[in-house]
Amino acid sequence: MVDNRQPIISVENVTKVFSSGVFFRTLTTAVRGVSFAMYPGTVLSLIGESGSGKTTMGRMILKLLRPTAGRILFHGRDLATIRTKAERREFYRRVQGIFQDPFSSFNPLFRVDRVFDLVFDVFFPDTPAAERAARTREALLQVNLNPERTLAHFPHQLSGGQLQRLLIARALLLNAEILVADELISMLDASTRMGILNLLVDICRSTGMSVLFITHDLALGYYVSDYTMIMHQGRLVEQGATAEVYHHPVHPYTKMLFRSVPDIGRRWDPQEKFVPEAVNREIAEFYAANRGQGMVQVSPDHAVLMSLE
Amino acid sequence: MGADLILSVQDLKAYYRILKGDVKAVDGVTFQVRRGEIVGVAGESGCGKSTLAHTLMLRKPPLTHMGGQAFFLGQDIMTMDREEFRRLRLRKISIIPQYALDALSPTKKVGTFVSDLVREHGIRPDGAFMNKLEERLRLVNLDPAVLDKYPIELSGGMKQRVIMVLSTILNPELIIADEITSALDVSSQRFAASLLVELRDAGIIGSALFITHDLSILYQIADRLLIMYGGHIVEAGPVDTIVHAPCHPYTRALLSSLPKVGVQVKEQRLEGIKGTPPELLDIGPGCRFRERCPHRTRRCEDTPLTEHITPEHSIACWHHREIGGERVG
Repeated sequence: MVDNRQPIISVENVTKVFSSGVFFRTLTTAVRGVSFAMYPGTVLSLIGESGSGKTTMGRMILKLLRPTAGRILFHGRDLATIRTKAERREFYRRVQGIFQDPFSSFNPLFRVDRVFDLVFDVFFPDTPAAERAARTREALLQVNLNPERTLAHFPHQLSGGQLQRLLIARALLLNAEILVADELISMLDASTRMGILNLLVDICRSTGMSVLFITHDLALGYYVSDYTMIMHQGRLVEQGATAEVYHHPVHPYTKMLFRSVPDIGRRWDPQEKFVPEAVNREIAEFYAANRGQGMVQVSPDHAVLMSLE
Repeated sequence: MGADLILSVQDLKAYYRILKGDVKAVDGVTFQVRRGEIVGVAGESGCGKSTLAHTLMLRKPPLTHMGGQAFFLGQDIMTMDREEFRRLRLRKISIIPQYALDALSPTKKVGTFVSDLVREHGIRPDGAFMNKLEERLRLVNLDPAVLDKYPIELSGGMKQRVIMVLSTILNPELIIADEITSALDVSSQRFAASLLVELRDAGIIGSALFITHDLSILYQIADRLLIMYGGHIVEAGPVDTIVHAPCHPYTRALLSSLPKVGVQVKEQRLEGIKGTPPELLDIGPGCRFRERCPHRTRRCEDTPLTEHITPEHSIACWHHREIGGERVG
């Protein structure tokens, strides 16, 4: 990536293995040797199908899971060394996550004003009440919510879109540097999700926040992101500037995704006998043909996994 | 008309009758499905699209039929008695409800589940039936060995294929598919949606009513689209007409809010629709989109009549002439 600024987060060769089973241990490798960096003011999208490891990757950045191998640096410091309560608190002030189901992110018994009050209690306990109210109001206005009409409500009285906006407002209040948005808008209707996406991009540009936009939706990924990473079976198979990856895909998996995305205005090729499983063979052939190459920089802004080392 | 008319729904009304009042989820809906057609029903959550499927096939309290008819092969299925309708189900008309892929019993092998199910419909799962089943499974690129597996061993896409094979096994005239692609990955979505077209082209199914929130999938496979909003069909017509020259303010706003590969926020900002859909509980007359509509006038307080712009293209909006149908997108 052509960016000479310092990354906020750098992910270095991270692998995550889950083990399950009581008597017979089975190991599942969810993420394999992933490396990338997150820079200020950019939206980076991580695209993959179910089971690709994209959510696991997001959770490792949020320090909810520990990598099995490799390391994640936050401003140059390994996340594994953030241990004390004070350090963890400071980390979560600066690194925030928003997940798919907004209803599960809120305590159903708390009104919205209490949720925001808790933010101050935990992160900025010395803030006087008047300033708390003013800053909450300002954050809500920034996400296009009417403070009078939202603060006194319980989560179930608000729509999914409003709740997602509240979570973004919460991240704004904290002045977070990193936002991991995991399928942020998948549960929302077409007519409400664009507002949220525009908001996210605006905030990113104005505050310098860096967003990891995890999604399975290629069109949404294209719309918001500056950089795109495609994940398949735990590996980053293709990454680079969004337009490069979308318009000149190299990896057979990326190509398959673009062939099957339902895009309005462009129909699927009716001649193609499309079978999802066929891509596994294509990938195997691709790796075999490019044996020994590994991750290759095909252009300054575009890298492709040509083979498994 | 006549012989090739599979389903003809006329002014159908179905409300959820609850203590607080009536939720008017399907409120005066008229449309037809002809033989060989894939008709897409699109709309956002709460617009009544799933209720429409349930009204036709799986109606149970509090969902109540309040008026109108639905003629399936000439017979009104709204007034048909349960036993009579049961004989049509699976054989002539079949539904794949939302989340059907979770309907496979976790404690039964797929094959056992299938035989139990068809027995319920009075069909003996004999050798001939099993051969046909295996042939159909191969058609959807599944190894017949899946019959000997438990659902947990199959991926979501594979389960959906099993369900699609199962609901079309008796070559129904009409299949109602409710959000069959929504829980699937991009590649499985394409497979499942294209499968419906393949089954239609092969004459295995007569026609399909494909319900989804995802207009971009309907664009790929549907012949005609019905756009629903707040329990009404606001616009209906051939897919290319609706997508490229929509007339209803809602259809236009919905289409312009859809992301497309090639549209980046840096270059073109897509806008959502301001406001929220109306509460359908005891809702009065009037255009249901009026609160969010930039073209609203006093006239919109009356429920708009459905007008035909062309014989194939109909719209329910008082002001569609002024708004015009210039091409969008």
